[in-house]
Amino acid sequence: MSEAEKKPVNPNRLPEQSEWTFDLIQQAHTEIRRVARNFDLDTYPNQLEIITAEQMMDAYTSVGMPVSYNHWSFGKHFLSTEKSYRRGQMGLAYEIVINSNPCIAYLMEENSLTMQALVIAHAAYGHNSFFKGNYLFKTWTDAEAIIDYMVFAKNYIADCERRHGVEAVELLLDSCHALQNHGVDRYKRPAKLSLEKEQARQLEREAYLQTQINDLWRTVPRREQVVTEDAPQRFPPEPQENLLYFFEKFSPLLEPWQREIVRIIRKISQYFYPQRQTQVMNEGWATFWHYTILNQLYDEGVVGDGFMMEFLQSHTNVVYQPPIDSPYYSGINPYALGFNMMRDIRRICEEPTDEDRQWFPDIAGAPWRPTLEFAMRNFKDESFIAQYLSPKLIRDFHFFAVLDDDEDEKLKISAIHDESGYSDVRHKLAEQYNLGNREPNIQVWSVNTHGDRALTLRHTQFQRRPLNQQTDEMLKHVARLWGFDVRLETVAPNGTILSTIERKWEKRSRLF
Amino acid sequence: MAYLIDRRVQGKNKSAINRERFLRRYKGQVKDAVTRAIKGRSITDVENGEKVSIPVKDIGEPNFGHAHGGVWETVSPGNKEYLKGDRINRPRGGGGSGRGQAGNSEQITEDDFIFELSREEFLNYFFEDLELPNMVKTQLASTTEFKNLRAGYKLSGTPSNIHVLRSLRGALGRRIAVGGRSRRRLQEAEQELLALLEKHTPEDAPQVISLRRELHHLRTRLLAIPFLDPIDLRYSNRIKVPKPSSQAVMFCIMDVSGSMDEAKKDTAKRFFILLYLFLKRAYDRIDVVFIRHHTQAAEVDEDEFFNSRESGGTVVSSALHLLIKIMHERYASSDWNAYVAQASDGDNWDNDSVTCRDLLSSAVMQAVQYFAYVEITDGEPQNLWQEYAQIAEQYSHFAMQKIESPADIYPVFRELFKKQPK
Repeated sequence: MSEAEKKPVNPNRLPEQSEWTFDLIQQAHTEIRRVARNFDLDTYPNQLEIITAEQMMDAYTSVGMPVSYNHWSFGKHFLSTEKSYRRGQMGLAYEIVINSNPCIAYLMEENSLTMQALVIAHAAYGHNSFFKGNYLFKTWTDAEAIIDYMVFAKNYIADCERRHGVEAVELLLDSCHALQNHGVDRYKRPAKLSLEKEQARQLEREAYLQTQINDLWRTVPRREQVVTEDAPQRFPPEPQENLLYFFEKFSPLLEPWQREIVRIIRKISQYFYPQRQTQVMNEGWATFWHYTILNQLYDEGVVGDGFMMEFLQSHTNVVYQPPIDSPYYSGINPYALGFNMMRDIRRICEEPTDEDRQWFPDIAGAPWRPTLEFAMRNFKDESFIAQYLSPKLIRDFHFFAVLDDDEDEKLKISAIHDESGYSDVRHKLAEQYNLGNREPNIQVWSVNTHGDRALTLRHTQFQRRPLNQQTDEMLKHVARLWGFDVRLETVAPNGTILSTIERKWEKRSRLF
Repeated sequence: MAYLIDRRVQGKNKSAINRERFLRRYKGQVKDAVTRAIKGRSITDVENGEKVSIPVKDIGEPNFGHAHGGVWETVSPGNKEYLKGDRINRPRGGGGSGRGQAGNSEQITEDDFIFELSREEFLNYFFEDLELPNMVKTQLASTTEFKNLRAGYKLSGTPSNIHVLRSLRGALGRRIAVGGRSRRRLQEAEQELLALLEKHTPEDAPQVISLRRELHHLRTRLLAIPFLDPIDLRYSNRIKVPKPSSQAVMFCIMDVSGSMDEAKKDTAKRFFILLYLFLKRAYDRIDVVFIRHHTQAAEVDEDEFFNSRESGGTVVSSALHLLIKIMHERYASSDWNAYVAQASDGDNWDNDSVTCRDLLSSAVMQAVQYFAYVEITDGEPQNLWQEYAQIAEQYSHFAMQKIESPADIYPVFRELFKKQPK
């Protein structure tokens, strides 16, 4: 072939074979690292680990962490993953990557050499650099300490199980898990985690917290207070969005070890919070980079045609977006949306059209690499889409918005991919990724400190959306953590109370 | 710098404990499933795992979430025909299903949560709450006894444990290995010397002298190899193993006469298998003796016991005679816990049933831990049942049950071996 004559064979060329060896992985990694460095990808050091399918399932079930405490729900996930894997209903993910320093990426032993290279580029350089660069991860997570913290959590919970019984710990964990999504600070920056500090401070905290609680509930009746009861002091002074934090600090009857466990779950939930907010960006970024890096390797002749065919086949599967009327449709594929947006930004920088110049005057024609880096560092899904989704992509995806109002007997198409609809669709798609809208807004409203100590939660309705059927179940969990009766008021945005659900605390109700 | 670590060797079964917790939590459902499984399927695969299904709603992990209702505005890909302002009918069935993800967590009733129990787990549930009746000896032996067993050789130990043969064998090998080169050279040098001397080379020729010197040197070297070196020593290794705290012998007695048809035999077989599986868990060692009888009794192996066809009349006492004989000959010592499981259709020669009763009360009942009799019949009890009923009145460790269909086996089994009040 004339092609072959033109291009001298690259001395570092990977052999065309599907079996991997440790040497070949090292070689592939060296090449990928070189290319990634040329593209100025800033990453944590990498630690690649070869694991078996069973270990991959283990990792699945313990939310991808190499260590985790024990809980039945992990067993449940393991069983269902195992079942569908065994029956061939699903393949396992090719990779799991942990936001830690060094960044741990799992390579499954079943993968071919091509897939291992793909995973290295995707996880060890794509995700890794995202973890290191994105502002949410920088603010909310501490890659240095997470593994240590998980070890601490595992040991602490195991210790509690020994001291207080597996069942007591399990019930508490059930309740904490249920409230996990309401255990994050959305605005405050969490303190850094570190194993020694945690352990040292933990005893101190236990003792201190208990004295605080005792103080809060000191009920020596005093005359003056009765007089001032007309204007009772509100507690908490401000509504609290972080339910787990509230229980950790103020739940009157929790034992110190229980507070610590609530804290552990809250911290872990906080750690994963950025991942839930940056799914599209994170996967898009990683997919963009594996695509770019491997294509670069192909251009340099490091990998051959066979490699590229295999790679492109699985890459295409990953970024496929089935249309809404397809039987395979299950929502917007974050890989597809993210990858296409990243590529689109590059396109706008390199080959802007007039439309792009009009929509993106500041990035059209700018150097693509710093532009993309800026986008990766400073946005989350919601703002990323609001900022960068271009009319061209809206057309490519055929995006359209459907308005479903239960007071209207028909659905209404509120915007489509046309001139008048672009900014509408973009705005609505961004809203769709706003976690604040997706999850019901439930906050601690007040505590009846002078009476029955009942806790009132407030659900501020969004778009008149009701709560799901698990709400009653959830209130049982809230009541368990609070230790007294619990009320949930649903409030319209204008402040009128629409409905109230009440849940009495039953001491012996352990049957849920 | 990147590290490449092979993790495959470690961390197997990391989820085992989570799995166990899950099963413990849903014990009720799992047990029901096991019971159903036992009733439904053939007992020959009782030792396999089992699929258990639990309604998804029972094991859900609740969350605060939105239900469908109010206003939802979703953006979806793949528009083909719609224009802005179009009004379309709601898709039927499941409010808004098939539309954007938008986190609307409708309660779509999925299938049951199905998973597989392993064989071990299955049997554990199967046997739960069961306890061997009158397990006197096992209770007494709850302090485990140990016995010393040989377990190969080791490199250190007390002098009294030196294993002479092994040590010397090692020493011999070492001497051969260490001296090999010198010995070979010694032989060569001897040959050379001999050759030189044959050619009448004078004794004081330099070659001869140097050869003699070398020979002397080599012999000294060989002699310097120690006959026995500390590294040769091997010590007998003895380990303590817990002595089987209990051993049992299980006698399976089955009527294989003409009146026992295939279905009845099959039922009996299931009963024996269940009993055996259970005893296997309770005792470290179990001998099983299979006795089948028609008019004559014979001890047979398991395969023949269950599979061969026989016909003819029925004399139950023949089996009991053989049982007593075997017990006396082979399982007389008090270390053995004897269990007898007898299955029959109740047919017996009239005058023989009385003999059976006498045999039981005079010889058998004193010697066994438990005697379980199942009568597989859908008809009226016959004479053997009446005679045995008298035994049951006298002895608390005699149990009898009637089985009508394969589905009855499991409850009967539970009934026979249920936990006895202490």
